[in-house]
Amino acid sequence: MLIFDALNESDTARLGAALAETLSDGTTLALCGTLGAGKTRLVQAIAEAAGIDRRNVVSPTFVLVQEYHGRRTIYHLDAYRLRNDDEFRALGPEEYFEGDGLVLVEWADRVAPCLPPERIEIRIAVTGAESRRFEIRAVGARHVATVERLRHRLGGECPSPLPPGEG
Amino acid sequence: MNILTLETTCDETAAAVVTERLEVRASVVASQDALHRRFGGVVPEIASRAHLERILPVIDETLRKAGVGLDQIDAVAVANTPGLAGSLLVGLSAAKALCLARQIPLVAVNHLQAHIYACRLAADREVFPCVGLIVSGGHSSLYRCPGPLDFELLGATIDDAAGEAFDKVAAMLGLPYPGGPSIERAAAGGNPRAYALPRAFLRDPRLDFSFSGLKTAVRYAIAGPGRPDPAQVRLTGQQIADLAASFQEAVADCLVAKAFAALEQTGMRTLCVGGGVAANGRIRQRLGEEAQRLGVDLHIAPPRLCTDNAVMGAIAVERLKAGCVEELDLDVFPGVVRSASQPVGAKKFS
Repeated sequence: MLIFDALNESDTARLGAALAETLSDGTTLALCGTLGAGKTRLVQAIAEAAGIDRRNVVSPTFVLVQEYHGRRTIYHLDAYRLRNDDEFRALGPEEYFEGDGLVLVEWADRVAPCLPPERIEIRIAVTGAESRRFEIRAVGARHVATVERLRHRLGGECPSPLPPGEG
Repeated sequence: MNILTLETTCDETAAAVVTERLEVRASVVASQDALHRRFGGVVPEIASRAHLERILPVIDETLRKAGVGLDQIDAVAVANTPGLAGSLLVGLSAAKALCLARQIPLVAVNHLQAHIYACRLAADREVFPCVGLIVSGGHSSLYRCPGPLDFELLGATIDDAAGEAFDKVAAMLGLPYPGGPSIERAAAGGNPRAYALPRAFLRDPRLDFSFSGLKTAVRYAIAGPGRPDPAQVRLTGQQIADLAASFQEAVADCLVAKAFAALEQTGMRTLCVGGGVAANGRIRQRLGEEAQRLGVDLHIAPPRLCTDNAVMGAIAVERLKAGCVEELDLDVFPGVVRSASQPVGAKKFS
């Protein structure tokens, strides 16, 4: 597991840029965290780094799915309003998972059984008024190397030292 | 002339029969109707499959209530933008099938323009040109509206929609869904100045909204940073009432400030407000007070026309007048975040 402590929003923006550069198309990123943790904010940061106007990236809670097209395509899904896995499956998520874009799923823990077995999961914890802790891990074998590439990319610019022995 | 209007942009499956004189002959909104029970009380709110199950019964019920047969329908109008692709497709496919079978015109409706047109219907007189404010679960946007079919985006939320913030704050306070009505009820016994919550962009001339920071501030008021999930914190009844009132007041402050700033910037004197959040009594009151103070002509759709419905599809009358009839290869335009002016059909729409 990779832990990234963001002291403020500009650290979150750096993490977003690193994710946008590291994750290949067809990767699903499962975002978990309570209300106000900053899931949409991280998606905005990733989108901005992918050449998408951040102002177009708003919470998809109501519309469930949004697509953004910049230098790359991002599918932004949100399971907050869904009451069960069937409602999520009714959205036809495979089309996005098997598509040619990056798939970012908010409230992913609510629909975990419907997500691709190979994915990256980020848990966001509120550690202060501005600060957030991002716990990033690969689910399945394929993305273990992706997380290592991300660790390498963030290595020089981690705002706080990584806890010893993590990973 | 009878126009059948269909609305399936998001959760509600709705149909109405309206006339060219804007009379409403019948209106049915599935999730608020006896139709609920036909599906054993479980109405999936979201999936397009639910629209598919409901669309034909809703149309039948609407025609029955209107006392007209399908052979007395002269045109079918359908909202084909914006919304969830699968949901939009159900309404559009039904509309096309009816038009093909009956050889009658198909009219495309922009759901956001229809929300503002609800004000025109309620006013029973011309309201354009106006500034349009749409506040709902999915939208918080301001438009310059020279005419009913002519919208220019002035500003919009950069993160959460106002209605979404209501729902999420309600969830944090342990109040039931939908959040709008339950926060309004809880706020009735609360002090709107009990908590100092942020009002984004209030001193900024741009006409955008941001409600994400407000939501997060409520979270911190319940459980500070590093503390557990706010939904697990026990609050007293008074704390809930005070937080609900303080939150509601902060949203009202932002909506009032930006709506009237938009009037000032555009030089317009009429404000039309639609969308589910416009059903909130405190927001209606605050907008009303400010309009009276500044001598602005204010139109807020009545609550039953604020939430999604097909009556507002009567904007189809304007499109018919403008000669905008669609071919049967009309498509849906699901995604629209910062633009209401994308094409709903091929013709005469800029």
